[in-house]
Amino acid sequence: MTTWGHDPTIRSGGATSRSGDTTIGPGDVTARSGDATTRSRFGTTARDGHPTTGPIRSGVGTGRARKRRRGLGTGLQYLALAAYLIFLAFPLVWLLSTSFKPPRELVRLHPTLIPESPTLANFVQAFTEQELGRAAWNSLQVSLASAVLTVLVATPAAYALARFRTRLGTVALGWVLLSQLFPFVLLIIPIFLVLRQVGLANTHAGLVLIYVVWALPFALWMLQGFVRSIPRELEEAASVDGATRLQALRRVVFPLLTPGLVATAVFAFISAWNEFFFALVLIKTPELATLPVALARFVGIEGTARLGPLAAGSLLATLPSLVFFAIMQRRLASGSLAGAVKG
Amino acid sequence: MTTLTVRPAVDRAPRRRRRRSDRATVYLLLLPSLLPVLVLSVFPLLRGIYLGFTDARAGRNVEISFTGLANYRELLHDELFWSSFRIGLLWAFSVTVLQFLLALGLALLLNQRLRFRGLARVLAVVPWAMPPVVVGILWRLVYHPDAGLLNEFLYRIGADGLRTTWLGDFSTALPAVIIVGVWAGMPQTTVVLLAGLQSVPRELHEAAAVDGADAWQRFRSVTLPSLMPVIVAITSLDFIWNFNSFGLVYVLTAGGPGGRTMLPMLFAYEEAFRYGDYGYAAALGNVMVVIVVALLAVYLRRRLREANQ
Repeated sequence: MTTWGHDPTIRSGGATSRSGDTTIGPGDVTARSGDATTRSRFGTTARDGHPTTGPIRSGVGTGRARKRRRGLGTGLQYLALAAYLIFLAFPLVWLLSTSFKPPRELVRLHPTLIPESPTLANFVQAFTEQELGRAAWNSLQVSLASAVLTVLVATPAAYALARFRTRLGTVALGWVLLSQLFPFVLLIIPIFLVLRQVGLANTHAGLVLIYVVWALPFALWMLQGFVRSIPRELEEAASVDGATRLQALRRVVFPLLTPGLVATAVFAFISAWNEFFFALVLIKTPELATLPVALARFVGIEGTARLGPLAAGSLLATLPSLVFFAIMQRRLASGSLAGAVKG
Repeated sequence: MTTLTVRPAVDRAPRRRRRRSDRATVYLLLLPSLLPVLVLSVFPLLRGIYLGFTDARAGRNVEISFTGLANYRELLHDELFWSSFRIGLLWAFSVTVLQFLLALGLALLLNQRLRFRGLARVLAVVPWAMPPVVVGILWRLVYHPDAGLLNEFLYRIGADGLRTTWLGDFSTALPAVIIVGVWAGMPQTTVVLLAGLQSVPRELHEAAAVDGADAWQRFRSVTLPSLMPVIVAITSLDFIWNFNSFGLVYVLTAGGPGGRTMLPMLFAYEEAFRYGDYGYAAALGNVMVVIVVALLAVYLRRRLREANQ
């Protein structure tokens, strides 16, 4: 568990401060806040008029007043937190509630927050009548293929970037950042033309190719962090023991890299599963549509009574990434995957 | 720094040969990644930029000719272009700023020792886990004129007069869509800021507290300066993402009513795939890049200057 992501976390920290260098160097930060502290100290002493006792007095003498003020502050903090939770949660609760409502309740003049006679019919209907079932199956195939291919292609490259000194690592990271700047509309037309040329427009294979390319830069960046966290000495020890490089890789590096491979695969899976724009433009045959596209089509033609199946389908479409986020929660909180998933 | 480890002496002699074979290995290992990226990412991008200076149109075997700045002259006189860029900038600015302020507040709260912090942290990332299309559908349900949460809430609190078709009304459509953008983007910004907050050295806070700085002073002179690099990075990225955003608003309003939520990407999508005007759409894309780069340059330069003061 310690090798899980110990090093990537540190590395991503390094990356932030490196990017920070262009604005404020880390050294600058401490120096500046040091200044700031000095300034605030002068400020308080000037107001108090007791240069030496000032800080001490505020530390000891006014304990009760401070406690009361903190109590008030904590109350306000809980109030603010509650407001945030309402803002974040209520739309979700509404989706959940709508997906369990029978048509009768959906067309009612004043809908309730809790369904009065909850039903699973919407989930059944979403996957039988509305062709969402087939779209989900398409999405599953495309996303799985993208995940496997991304890992296959990214692993050797990530190993090379981590173990050999090459400028390509910087180039890859630069490309990750630079590619964010360009709107997809610039990419999509030439991609469409290229795919049509090789007969892959309007196919799942073409879509998978795009998703792999799209996931690659970040996958590379993430995976090479995992490789770096495996001490090079382990490989060297293995080769001293007479293992060939390939054997050392298979017996030593690969087992330790498994969590990184899983994380990369899951990242590629989720970004393919959620992707909308390329799928919308590249897939013209309705039978080949992926889940987001099918759901979006459904949006245009829904009547109030059909909101139920739509909500149910949306909920099911969220499940894979929800599972991913639940697993990755701790690492997300550390910020190491902060740039990972963006719709 | 592991590269500096002492190697066994045996390795010394054939070093040059080793290095050359190393290089071959590196390229062999990188090729499966580089080739697809070159063919399906770098090349299309360059080609896309070029198409912006041509009269490329949809359809097979259409002759493409270089037309220089003709597309851009046409853009200058296109009412829809101007309105979509006004809307796009308004949308990107409002969403980025609101999202940042709300995320900063939430990150500060989640950094405190509060009860329910675990629950809040989980809830805070849920919108992030949803596909943009689903976020759009979700909020269509909230804004729905008859079966929607918002109108029902207004009815229950007796503010019946405020009920409206949120996404269909000319005056409410853009603000309604902006709120969805904030809701969808806030989690990621919160997580990034929270990570930044956790890396602020505790000693600095303690030193400031000993010196008698109150919470606000500590925030102004310790937290904010330490957090600034992170803030600059995430707000820049957020702005780019928001300005180039597509799926969310496509599902919510598809640019309507009457083009009131027609973001630049939606406009470009229509030009390219409804009217088949590839050259014109690519030109729009080029203008979007130039605008984003120019705005970022101004922003980063100002931040840099402030930082150097």
